Amino acid sequence: MHDLAFDIAHLLAGSLVLVSFMMIYQDRLYALLNTFALQALLLAMAVAWQAFTRDAPHLYATAAIALIFKAIIVPWALHRVVARMGIQRTVETVTGVVPTMLAGMGLVALSILLMLQLTEAAENPLAREDLAFALSVILLGMLMMVTRRNAVTQVVGFMSLENGLILAAAGAQGMPLVVEISVAFSVLIAMIVIGVFLFRIRERFDSVDTEALDAFRGERR
Amino acid sequence: MIAAAASLAAGFLALSLVATGLRGRSWASVFVYGASAVLSLGLLGAGLVALVTGGAATHMTLPVGLPWLGAHLRLDALSAVFAAIIGLGGAAISAYAIGYGRQEHEPHRVLPFYPGFLGAMTMVVLAADAFTFLLSWETMSLLSWALVLTHHREQETRGAGYLYLVMAGFGTMVLLLAFGLMAGADGSYDFAAMRAVEHGPALAALVLGLTAVGAGSKAGLLPLHVWLPVAHPAAPSHVSALMSGVMTKVALYGFIRVAFDLLGPVPWWMSVPVIVTGAVTAVMGILFANVDGDAKRVLAYSTIENIGVIFAALGLALAFRANDMQTLAALALTAGLIHAMNHMLFKSLLFMVAGAVLNATGRHDLDGLGGLIHRMPKTAFLALVGVTAISALPPLNGFVSEWLLFQAILQSPQLSQPGLQFLVPAVGGLLALAAALAAACFVRFYGVIFLGRPRTDVAQEAVETDRWSLSAMAGLALLCGFAGIVPGLLVDLVAPAVERALGSRVPMQAGNHWFTLVPVANVQSSYSGFLVMVFVAISGGLSAWLVHRLASRRLRRAPAWDCGFPNADPVTQYGAGSFAQPIRRVMATVLAARETVTMPPPGDTKPARHTAHTEDLAWTRVYIPLIAFVGAAAARLNALQFLTIRRYLSLVFGSLILLLTGLTIWN
Repeated sequence: MHDLAFDIAHLLAGSLVLVSFMMIYQDRLYALLNTFALQALLLAMAVAWQAFTRDAPHLYATAAIALIFKAIIVPWALHRVVARMGIQRTVETVTGVVPTMLAGMGLVALSILLMLQLTEAAENPLAREDLAFALSVILLGMLMMVTRRNAVTQVVGFMSLENGLILAAAGAQGMPLVVEISVAFSVLIAMIVIGVFLFRIRERFDSVDTEALDAFRGERR
Repeated sequence: MIAAAASLAAGFLALSLVATGLRGRSWASVFVYGASAVLSLGLLGAGLVALVTGGAATHMTLPVGLPWLGAHLRLDALSAVFAAIIGLGGAAISAYAIGYGRQEHEPHRVLPFYPGFLGAMTMVVLAADAFTFLLSWETMSLLSWALVLTHHREQETRGAGYLYLVMAGFGTMVLLLAFGLMAGADGSYDFAAMRAVEHGPALAALVLGLTAVGAGSKAGLLPLHVWLPVAHPAAPSHVSALMSGVMTKVALYGFIRVAFDLLGPVPWWMSVPVIVTGAVTAVMGILFANVDGDAKRVLAYSTIENIGVIFAALGLALAFRANDMQTLAALALTAGLIHAMNHMLFKSLLFMVAGAVLNATGRHDLDGLGGLIHRMPKTAFLALVGVTAISALPPLNGFVSEWLLFQAILQSPQLSQPGLQFLVPAVGGLLALAAALAAACFVRFYGVIFLGRPRTDVAQEAVETDRWSLSAMAGLALLCGFAGIVPGLLVDLVAPAVERALGSRVPMQAGNHWFTLVPVANVQSSYSGFLVMVFVAISGGLSAWLVHRLASRRLRRAPAWDCGFPNADPVTQYGAGSFAQPIRRVMATVLAARETVTMPPPGDTKPARHTAHTEDLAWTRVYIPLIAFVGAAAARLNALQFLTIRRYLSLVFGSLILLLTGLTIWN
């Protein structure tokens, strides 16, 4: 039983990283949002599996929050934003997809090397693997924020980064529910704020390309 | 005793707050300075009592400051010596300021900071943990910076204030590093814990170097002295006196506390940079003083010289201590401490004189003064006492400390390292040169300001300064004489501090006949200020009597400089530039002196012009390139303020990746 539990947890955490790569690969906004919802769903499953194997009921709440907010509400809201504002449906990248994927692989290698080294003392192998995967998801989320021009994709990168945080917190003997709720709410508020900003930017510049902001500041690239 | 001293410090700080609320009251100035003088006298008393009763350390901990540390305060013999210096200087300068402050146009720019400045200095010498020490040190810097900016409407003052602020911040940062290194990994910032830790030689050398830089930047050690000659004169004169006479001593205290108390014994070679820097500072400081044309700047440069002398003495004490020659180390440290005390006395006095002259004439350039001995006879007499003392002429106090220092230097052949055996006599030569140049400098200072004929109308119409100022100056002049005549008293007074630092002391001087000073028992050299004074009084009186008896008692006035030009202009007198010329020419290399003569073309009736120009090589060779580099780097980095959002994110991301990679490799 224990080995199976470990394998399933491993599988779920690993597929989060895989979905992160899928998100980097997407070149359509709607597809990107769907992939993000998939990642949130996987996160909810991973956390729920942790709750089940470790017999920690409060993690179910975490899983439920992840499912409701991140797999349903946020993607739906972003869908509406994209539809209402008529944003261009392609993802504008800074560099090509292949270099970005290669960089992402480098980041995963880095985080695994680092985490396995640092946590050598820990007895729980699951926590070690989980932390390595979580750091990979975080770094991939940041990579996505850095290599995308469109504000919506940057928001998605940020949300994906937050998924990595939740994964790390759930793996490490679970965090108190209060913390989890406050994190979830702060993410939601961040989404709302960013959404408001998106509308403001659009109203003013007819685009959510953040480079337009720089042109407004009167700067050269 | 610590409770008394700490409550006096708190009293100073409270007085600052009270002074903030007194803006616009006509009696505010008298009240604040009077209360400061009373509190300073109390501090002097506390310091003296602690010293006379043997300098046993008293300790207290206040529940403020860092939560796990508290504020440790401690009054031991070393703190007591410097508390007494602050108290005496503060009392005299505050009494002077009661009179001087009346002429201040904007007293509310000085009053709220003045008592706090005294209080912060007191806190520095009372502090017994690194946090309290650094906090007080920085408070002292900031309050004195506010005082420097009193006349902030003048462009020069603003520049001086900025330079001072930068140097003060730099010094505190360096001291912070020094204390951090001494505290070690477990972060014990209590001085008692630091004392208990053994420091390796490399660490000790680093700490000593950092402390010399940190404290030296406040005291005016070369090449960190650049702010001093601009900032000290920019302040009102009583503040200049406080900064030059007292604050530099607090900086010295910081160095002594670390080098002789907290750090423990250090290897002999670490004394070499301290000795050499001290000697070079002394010579360069007094050279600049000799060629400068501004009365207060001359005094500030002379402060640099005296700080150099004291640092040389401290370095010598370190060298003797490393060779286990505790008695000689005690002699050198005693010389340093007494010179610190003496310098406070005569430098405060001379800044007061400069202030009195400034108030009477409105000028501080030497070439705008002259002949003031007729208009301000009392100030002139007190100034004469001050310049005699600072030129180290017996029987006044300046001679005593320099003599003690040279006694220590003459013992240097007993040192076991050949390097030091060669170095210390050479340093002795440099210090002798500095002493001679100091005499030249103050002959010029006194001669140009007080003697000859007035060079300007304002100098001709000057009036004697007020009674408060005169009595404060007279008090300091009396003390200069007293300390010179009974130097044994001073030696015995600082002996507990020396014993606290080195475990040894100069022999007791109290029982000697004729107040003779016998610093080292086995050496046949002694000095009696009292006998010298008696001799000077008798021979001087006798010759004066003879001259008046044989010649005439009548005061005669005759045309001056009447060499064929009976109505010559006063500017044809021997002036500040004339006095400086020989030294400027001989020392042209180190002063970077240039002289240019501009001749008008033939047929033109314009006058020919001769200009002399000197510059501070430390400023042109070190600071200007450094400032240029910082400016260029800032201009380059300015681009960082105008990146796109995505690039900022990339910066954060890149640095995160870099750190993680570093962590991976390091592990």
